Amino acid sequence: MSAHLLIILPLVIPFVAAVATLLFARRPGVQKGINIASMTGILAASGALLMRLQAEGILVTTIGDWPVPFGIVFVVDHLSVIMLIVSAIIGVAVAIYAVPDADSTRVRFGFYPFFNLLMIGINGAFLTGDLFNLYVWFEVMLISSFVLIVLGNTDEQLAGAVKYVVINLVSSLLFLAGVGLVYGMTGTLNMAELSVALADVGQPGLVTVVAMLFLISFGIKAALFPLFFWLPASYHTPPASVSAFFAGLLTKVGVYALFRVFTLLFTQDVGYTHTLLLWGAGLTMVTGVLGAAVQNDFRRVLSFHIISQIGYMIMGLALYTPLAILGGVFYIVHHIIVKANLFLVSGVAKRLRGSYSLKSLDGLYAYHPWLATLFVIPAFSLAGFPPLSGFWAKLILTIAGIEVGAYWIVAVAVAVGLFTMFSMTKIWVKAFLPGGGGDAADAVGPLRLGTRVMYAPIAGLAALTLMISVFAGPVYDLAERSANELHNSSEYVEAVLDHEKSVADSASRPGVDGGAGDVYAR
Amino acid sequence: METLIALVTGTMVAVGVYLLLQRDLVRKIIGVVVLSNSIHLLIFAMGRMTRASSPLIPPGQKYPPEGIANPLSQALILTAIVIGFGLLAFSLVLIYRLYQSRGTVDADAIIEATLGDE
Amino acid sequence: MRHSVILRTAARLLVPLMLLFSVFLLLRGHNETGGGFIGGLVAGISFALYAIAYGTAASRAALRTTPQQLMAVGLGIAVVSALLPLLGGGALLEGLWVQWQGIKLGSPVLFDVGVYLLVIGVTLVVIYELEEHNPRLFPDVSLG
Repeated sequence: MSAHLLIILPLVIPFVAAVATLLFARRPGVQKGINIASMTGILAASGALLMRLQAEGILVTTIGDWPVPFGIVFVVDHLSVIMLIVSAIIGVAVAIYAVPDADSTRVRFGFYPFFNLLMIGINGAFLTGDLFNLYVWFEVMLISSFVLIVLGNTDEQLAGAVKYVVINLVSSLLFLAGVGLVYGMTGTLNMAELSVALADVGQPGLVTVVAMLFLISFGIKAALFPLFFWLPASYHTPPASVSAFFAGLLTKVGVYALFRVFTLLFTQDVGYTHTLLLWGAGLTMVTGVLGAAVQNDFRRVLSFHIISQIGYMIMGLALYTPLAILGGVFYIVHHIIVKANLFLVSGVAKRLRGSYSLKSLDGLYAYHPWLATLFVIPAFSLAGFPPLSGFWAKLILTIAGIEVGAYWIVAVAVAVGLFTMFSMTKIWVKAFLPGGGGDAADAVGPLRLGTRVMYAPIAGLAALTLMISVFAGPVYDLAERSANELHNSSEYVEAVLDHEKSVADSASRPGVDGGAGDVYAR
Repeated sequence: METLIALVTGTMVAVGVYLLLQRDLVRKIIGVVVLSNSIHLLIFAMGRMTRASSPLIPPGQKYPPEGIANPLSQALILTAIVIGFGLLAFSLVLIYRLYQSRGTVDADAIIEATLGDE
Repeated sequence: MRHSVILRTAARLLVPLMLLFSVFLLLRGHNETGGGFIGGLVAGISFALYAIAYGTAASRAALRTTPQQLMAVGLGIAVVSALLPLLGGGALLEGLWVQWQGIKLGSPVLFDVGVYLLVIGVTLVVIYELEEHNPRLFPDVSLG
């Protein structure tokens, strides 16, 4: 299979699936099958991409065979492929989970086409090597997430969605402004060319200003302090399958964009930008975990923990050593799997007891010990309990922090880990252990077939968490490769520029190797 | 010309931000629209404003000749306008629907009503 | 019917003309200004006009398929035209051209046809839904 085709498969598969689910709009059963097949196909394609990447190095393709600056490049490096694989895993898990969870009204109003559209947006963001194209994929992702978050039309959902929509619109506009300014300064939007061109602008102040625009914009999408208020207001409103997908992936696309932009483009003034990131990371961890401490709703506690965990990932980026970036990438992988799983568990609990409130969940352990077990694995991994995956992720970050002498952030990270433990224990005690509620027995519903199906993806993700915990080696190696690529971006830049040169050589006009954007901008 | 565009852009950003800070949700959305149009202007100015021939590529070539207007910024703006239009339509329906259930478009009142539900 | 005779008579004359014009726009987009997007809008508006004159039920019947199906088929055609070059080892969305009786036909035309159908579908989904005031979308709530 040609590399051209392989790179775009993670986009083509969900696109075809979106069309097919539209065609079978009146056949929910068929739609469910198509959706699962589509997600599995993406996973397979991403796996194939990983093997190809290991064999041939960074993969590049141009869309429509247009030479730069008209064409858009798609680039696959280790970070992209890791993100692709993890998001596809969550896609498969949620696709199975949604079979009983997505009710017929939601399916009729386009749950499955938009699910695939969301996947297109996410995968496109991971693949693209063009800044404006990244904006487009973000918008694809946003519009489908908007639809998914209000699908069902309850008042609570609408009120939560307004915040989500308005804040994300503003964030996109800031991003667009940043893109415009970058284009004005350099005359190109290709990220590899920008990496070279931004260093030559000669106005570090201006570049830093633009970097701040990107920081704020992606910070909103990643729910970084102090830009996170939309997240706890909206993530607990849609059904569990949607909120699990969002919780696992959407903020992490923002984190991915931060990783990409602050390792490839804005590395001129690390002392300023990355110090700011580090402060943001520390404050994000603390506010997130404190917010969770006062909540008494299963999904709200989890929502605040998304925020605090984002802090850890950004801490890895902000410390900006290979080991720290490695820790950040490892943390993303661990977090996506664990967090999505916790939301899935909360959905099952809601199905069994009819509520997300910790008070009314009381005593689940006695009647559903397996659910309790499946909760413990991701919950304690989230808190960083050894030897679960979260422990390794936190350990790497701690070592990286100590290495560069950033003791305060390490202290914060460890303390926040303890508070996370407190939150998870709170859920455990209140929801699973028998407490003062007393009405436990009569409120437990029978285990319906639909609910049994929901156990499968939860068990799968929990098993995956255990595997990453016990055999952390392969994930560590992959994260290490990606950290090296990110910390020293020359490999990425060379791969893209070489590819462009080969495309340009086959074109009729010679001598465009000075960055074709120069034709216009100067 | 660039100065003029810069001034207009700045004014529109100010107007947009002012509207965004209103409690009325409809005004907020209008603020987003004004803000997005100001950013389109910004991109337009960033593509360099020159008098030049239209960006057509002669047959058999992959690159246009020298001395043409920059087509890229216009393509970017067009894409952004279409995306913005879709998002605008969505937000308006969302607010309309919210207005129907809450009877108000005041952000504070809606938040209070939502908190009251819980 | 509360709709005016003038509107209905005019619509009967205008709708076929507009549809024809939309196809003209679609094909004109091949070499000059025009294209699938604007053509699809004109076609969508013609069905909307028919819906205003005769009601959405009649307009839906005239369409002979659901707008959702049109969207799906349009998207499908666009995807196929985007993927075709890959079979020949080219890049996604690359233009493929064949000469037939002096007329150049290519995958961009196919793509435009897909866009045309998609735009009709999207326009009509919105217009029918609003026109019928779908109670699921807009439940009637007394506003005090």
